[in-house]
Amino acid sequence: MAVTSDLQDTSSQSVARPTFLRMVTRVWAWLFLGILIAVFSIMAPGFFTVRSFQNIGINASETLIVALGQTFVIIAGGIDLSVGFVMGLTSVVAAWVMRAMLLAGYPQGIIIIVGMLAGLVVGFIPGVINGVLIARLKAPPFIATLGMLGIAKCFAFLLSKGQTIGRQPDIIRLLGNNYFVYVAPDEPITLFNPPPDADLRNVLGILTVPLLVMIISAIIAHFVLAHTRFGQHTYALGGNRDASLRAGINVDLHTIKLYVVCAMLAALAGLVWTMRFNSGSPIAGEALMLNSVAAVVIGGASLFGGEGKVMGTVVGALIMAVLYTGLVMLNVPPFWQFGAVGVIIIMAVLVDQAQAGISRE
Amino acid sequence: MEPMLQVKDMVKRFGGLTAVDHVSMEVYPDEVVGLVGDNGAGKSTLIKMISGVYKPDEGQIFFQGQERQINSPMESRELGIETIYQDLALAENLDVGSNIFLGREPVKPFLGGLVEVLDRRHMLTESRKVLDRLDIRIPRLTNEIRTLSGGQRQAVAIARGIYWDAKLMIMDEPTAALGVAEQRKVLYLVRMLRDQGVPVIIISHNMHDIFAVADRIVVLRRGIKAGERMAKDTTADEIVSLMVGAEAVESFL
Repeated sequence: MAVTSDLQDTSSQSVARPTFLRMVTRVWAWLFLGILIAVFSIMAPGFFTVRSFQNIGINASETLIVALGQTFVIIAGGIDLSVGFVMGLTSVVAAWVMRAMLLAGYPQGIIIIVGMLAGLVVGFIPGVINGVLIARLKAPPFIATLGMLGIAKCFAFLLSKGQTIGRQPDIIRLLGNNYFVYVAPDEPITLFNPPPDADLRNVLGILTVPLLVMIISAIIAHFVLAHTRFGQHTYALGGNRDASLRAGINVDLHTIKLYVVCAMLAALAGLVWTMRFNSGSPIAGEALMLNSVAAVVIGGASLFGGEGKVMGTVVGALIMAVLYTGLVMLNVPPFWQFGAVGVIIIMAVLVDQAQAGISRE
Repeated sequence: MEPMLQVKDMVKRFGGLTAVDHVSMEVYPDEVVGLVGDNGAGKSTLIKMISGVYKPDEGQIFFQGQERQINSPMESRELGIETIYQDLALAENLDVGSNIFLGREPVKPFLGGLVEVLDRRHMLTESRKVLDRLDIRIPRLTNEIRTLSGGQRQAVAIARGIYWDAKLMIMDEPTAALGVAEQRKVLYLVRMLRDQGVPVIIISHNMHDIFAVADRIVVLRRGIKAGERMAKDTTADEIVSLMVGAEAVESFL
C-alpha cells in the first residue's frame, strides 16, 4: 500500500514540514529536563548518583500518580481540581481505619488490607459524583471539582480533627520506606531489610513500593491511553465532543469513568503518602491540585483538550522533582521551586502557542 | 425502479410555525437530488427528519421500499443514511484512520487475550482501501485531520460514510467553505458516489454546484414544495424564480 508515495502532490496547506523549530517545540520538555540534570550534576556534588535519582523518583511518586489521572481528564477537555483533597481524605480515612483496628488488636495483614480498601472506596465516591455532575448535569468541570475540593477537604479535616493521624501498623512504614534490595560494600546483598551490621550511610537501597507503584501506574496509563479504545475515545472526546456523540460513543459514561479513574489515582497517591509518612493527613495532597495540572501542561497537553501523552506528564513531573531535589542539594531555599515551576508552566504554554502557530502556517 | 428513499406528506411544526408543510419527494438509486430553497424554506428541517434529528409531526418515510420510523440519528445511520453536516463531525486531533473508525474501532487481542488493543494497522489499510475506491488522495493517513485541507476533510467524512455501508448520502452545503479547486473535487466525489450506486441529496445555495451535479432539483419555499425539475430540462433562472416565488404568484393569478 502506497502510504507515503504521493507526498509530492500534496496541496499547499496540507502537510506542515518538520522544521527545526517544530522539532524543538515537540521535545523541549525533554531538552529542559536534560539541561536541568546536567546543570545540577555539575553544580551539586552527589546529584549525579543512583541514590539521588532514586530520591527524585520517590519525591515525584505522589505527584506523578495524581498527574496520570489528571492527564486523562485534561485530554478529554476537563480538569479535576479536587484531586489534592481526595488524596488527603483518602490518607486520613485509611490511617484512621488502620489506627482504630490496631488499637482493637487486629492482625496487621488484615488491618492493611481493610485500610487500603477503605481508602480506595473513599476515592471512588468523589470520582463518581464529579463525573455525574459534569456528564449528566452539565456542570463545568472547573466548578464541579472545585466544589468537590471543598467537600473532600471538609470531611478530611472533620475526621482527622485537623491533626495528623499517627500510630500506624509497623508494616505501613516498612511498605512505604524499605527497599526491595540492599547493596552494601563488603556485605552480601539483602532483600527487604538492610544488612544488620552495615554502616547505613554506605548502604544503597534499590526500589521502594511507592516507586514501584508509580512506575506500574505510569506504564498502565500509557498503555490504556495509547493502545485501547478507552484511550482513543478519551482523545476523541477532547477533540470533538459532538463528533464523539454522533459516532455512537457513550460520552456521558466515558466522562464519568474518566473522573473515577482520576479520583482513584488520587486515592492511590493518598495511600502511597500514608505508607511513606506512616500517617494520614488532610493536607497530604494540598500542593498537588496545581502540581498535577502543572506536570500535565509542562508535558505538552492542551487545557483545551485533545492533546497530551503519558510520557509528557512523566517528564513534567520529573522536571518538578529534579528542580526540588537539585535546589535542596544546592542549599537554595526550596521556596524558589514555586517560582521556577511557575516560570516553566508559562514557558510550556508559550511553546504550545508557538507550536499551534507553526502548525497553522 | 424502486426509490431508495421516499418521503410522503412530511410535516414539521415548531409552535405556530409550519417549517415543512406536506412535502413529498423521492430519491432513486442512480441520481443526485439537489435540494434548494431560500433561508428558512425548510431544507434543513426536512433533512433532519430523514436523519433522525427531528421527529416528523405527520408523514411517512419509506427506505428501500419499507416504511420506517426514524427516532434518532443512530437509527438513521443504521439504516444506511449517512448525513454529513457542514461541521463534518471529525475529531481534528485524530488521524484519518481514527476518524473513519471513530466509535467503531477494530481491536485485536493482546497478552493472550487478556486485554484488547486497537488494531491500527487494520484501520490504516481499510482506510486506504476506501479512499482508493473513491479516488481520494490523502498522502499520509497518519496525519491529523487538522493538517488536511477543507476538501480533504470533506472527503474523509464521505469515505467514513461509504466505509460503513451508506446507501444514501445527505450532504448539507458541502462546498460552502472550500476554494474553487476543492469545490470541484467534492462535486466530482458526489458524482462518483452516484455512479457507484449511492444516491446523494445535496443541499446548496450555489446554483452552479447544483447544476454541476444534480440530476433532479427539488425546490422548497416557505415549507412547501414549490416545484421539481429535471436538471437538464430547466435553467438556473427558473429554479431561482421557484425559490423566490415568482412562478407561484403567477400560477395563483
